[in-house]
Amino acid sequence: MTKSITSSGALARNVMSFARLLRSSGLPIGPAKILVAIQAMASIDLVRRDDVYWALHSAFVDRHSQSELFGIVFHQFWIVRIGEQDKPFMFDDVIDEAFIECAESLPRRLAGAMAENGLAKKTNKGRESREQPPSVTWSGSERLRSKDFETMSTEENIMARRAMLDFQLPISRVPTRRFQPHASGRRIDMRSTLRKMIRTGASFDLMRKKAVYRHPPLVVLCDISGSMEPYARMLLHFLHTITNDRDRVHTFLFGTRLTNVTHQLIHSDPDVALRKVSAAVEDWSGGTRIGQSLASFNRKWSRRVLGQGAVVLLITDGLDRDGGAGLTEEIERLQKSCRRLIWLNPLLRFDGFEPKSAGIKAILPYVDDFRSVHNLDSLSEFVEALSSLGGARNRTGTNSAGME
Amino acid sequence: MKTDLPESIEDTETLLHSGGYVPDRPLAIAVFLSLKLGRPLFLEGEAGVGKTEIAKVLSASLGRKLIRLQCYEGLDVASAVYEWNYPRQMMAIRLAESGGESNMSEVSENIYGAEYLIERPLLSALRPDNGGPPVLLIDELDRTDEPFEAFLLEVLSEYQVTIPELGTVAASESPIVIITSNRTREIHDALKRRCLYHWVDYPDADREYEILRNKVPEAADSLSLQVVAAAQHLRGADLFKPPGVAETIDWVRALIALDRGYLDRDGLEETLGVVLKYRDDINHVRENTIDGTIAAASAAL
Repeated sequence: MTKSITSSGALARNVMSFARLLRSSGLPIGPAKILVAIQAMASIDLVRRDDVYWALHSAFVDRHSQSELFGIVFHQFWIVRIGEQDKPFMFDDVIDEAFIECAESLPRRLAGAMAENGLAKKTNKGRESREQPPSVTWSGSERLRSKDFETMSTEENIMARRAMLDFQLPISRVPTRRFQPHASGRRIDMRSTLRKMIRTGASFDLMRKKAVYRHPPLVVLCDISGSMEPYARMLLHFLHTITNDRDRVHTFLFGTRLTNVTHQLIHSDPDVALRKVSAAVEDWSGGTRIGQSLASFNRKWSRRVLGQGAVVLLITDGLDRDGGAGLTEEIERLQKSCRRLIWLNPLLRFDGFEPKSAGIKAILPYVDDFRSVHNLDSLSEFVEALSSLGGARNRTGTNSAGME
Repeated sequence: MKTDLPESIEDTETLLHSGGYVPDRPLAIAVFLSLKLGRPLFLEGEAGVGKTEIAKVLSASLGRKLIRLQCYEGLDVASAVYEWNYPRQMMAIRLAESGGESNMSEVSENIYGAEYLIERPLLSALRPDNGGPPVLLIDELDRTDEPFEAFLLEVLSEYQVTIPELGTVAASESPIVIITSNRTREIHDALKRRCLYHWVDYPDADREYEILRNKVPEAADSLSLQVVAAAQHLRGADLFKPPGVAETIDWVRALIALDRGYLDRDGLEETLGVVLKYRDDINHVRENTIDGTIAAASAAL
């Protein structure tokens, strides 16, 4: 250790300023992490830049998706400010406030990209130098189509919450391996039995417990292509309400590409949430590539969000620009990796619907529950349609019922 | 034999090397800081990149006891932390009764004593050990549910466990804690906040070659080089599950078992199931990338 923590007051101040910059870029950093970072800096020799980089990285970053942003801010703070890349660190120079002020405005613009989808497309490149280069490739990406939504009225919000009270998916609650005391439970709770014996003396009363039931995780894949446009606002309102209504909900939107909007939807105000979603999604009201979108879901996300027996709700009209190419394999994999696959199709409101489209034909054999909605104008009707599903995992039965 | 904790990043690298683990610099820094600051190390990464191995190597090369807690859904306090020995307790109550003992509060104090306690991994990791504080490996934390993470918070931040009937058991010296996750779900921030985080990536070609020389010393250099190049090439292909280091090691062993001194098209076809574990991936490679993989393998020589 070349530097004791007492002699490095300037270093501590710089770490704090750096933490402040990280925080304003959207990394969740509290005082505890800053303390760890300062201890970490005191524990290593401040000779190699990559050592400092990874030491601060291990203290400040706590998920893989934050790495890229950390790299940019690190570059901005320690390298751009302090000088040429090959010069050694000079930690005793206190970085002045004016610089931080000006630097803070840059990452704030990057903060929007903190949502994992923007940062997830790395991993394979750059093995040679693992220190992240300050690439800003994703900030200038084109917006194919943006979307404005009317704000939600108070009345609509109240109606939405009321509708959600009735909302039940076919598999609404599943038993967990956690238990709670229950008079007629099937398992014996030895711990409380013993306690009771001690309390009451001698009488041997068996206490019982039963499994706690809870919602399985829910993953919603919602089509936002041109043909689904009339419902977009209502669907998003539904997605927002359900994301905030229970835990373990993951929401993805797709048209020609897949976007994870869970992070944006978590904002409790529906208007703010929808505005954020609208900014994050690039392919509003365009074509649909169901096969490709499902493929990228299966690759990138399925193992991260389908654990613990998730139920998948697929909302699409099944009209596929690629004519169903590659869709069969992907929908089969999706169905095999989840507890239950529910398909809600709003196209069926047209009379005389027949599953002629290639996309529909590809999806139908693999869904566990198929539901059509004739009138998808209000959220309560939507909820009603989903809640009336029932029965066990039985493909043929539910399919034929749905197609009549 | 007890080895002292490493004093620098270089010492940490040497220590891991001596245990047969080939770390890259970022990982060595994370391990060093975790040992130095006494903080749990949270390792995340794809399956088969050597996360669990770090804990094993640390325990072996530091001469510490390894205590392993394999996580699964529904893991609870009774199987992870402690449990009361109910049959013995019940026996004690019956004995007290038949012995004419009327003071139940005294009985109750007795039966909630240390001798009726069954220690599970988390509690025994807090107990002092001759070889120094043990290495506690909490493996595949993402397999448990959220309530279990809450149990862990006290253990990880204070290195203590509170047993309502008995009081608080605190570690005199904090154990070395390694937590691994395959990221099948996100672990709660409250838990991550108490740890140092490191994402374990696939190794680059040089490091992977070094790993192979360590793990499969009987393999010819040329074979190892070929396999590493092929594995690196496959990781660049669009696969559902790219091969991890564990698969690379298995692959070399499989080729040796088949008496193949080098990797050619036939050898690749025969051993594809060792490297890739999804039918789609195998088909994809057969149809699209087999030539490129062979080319990469022969270019490595």
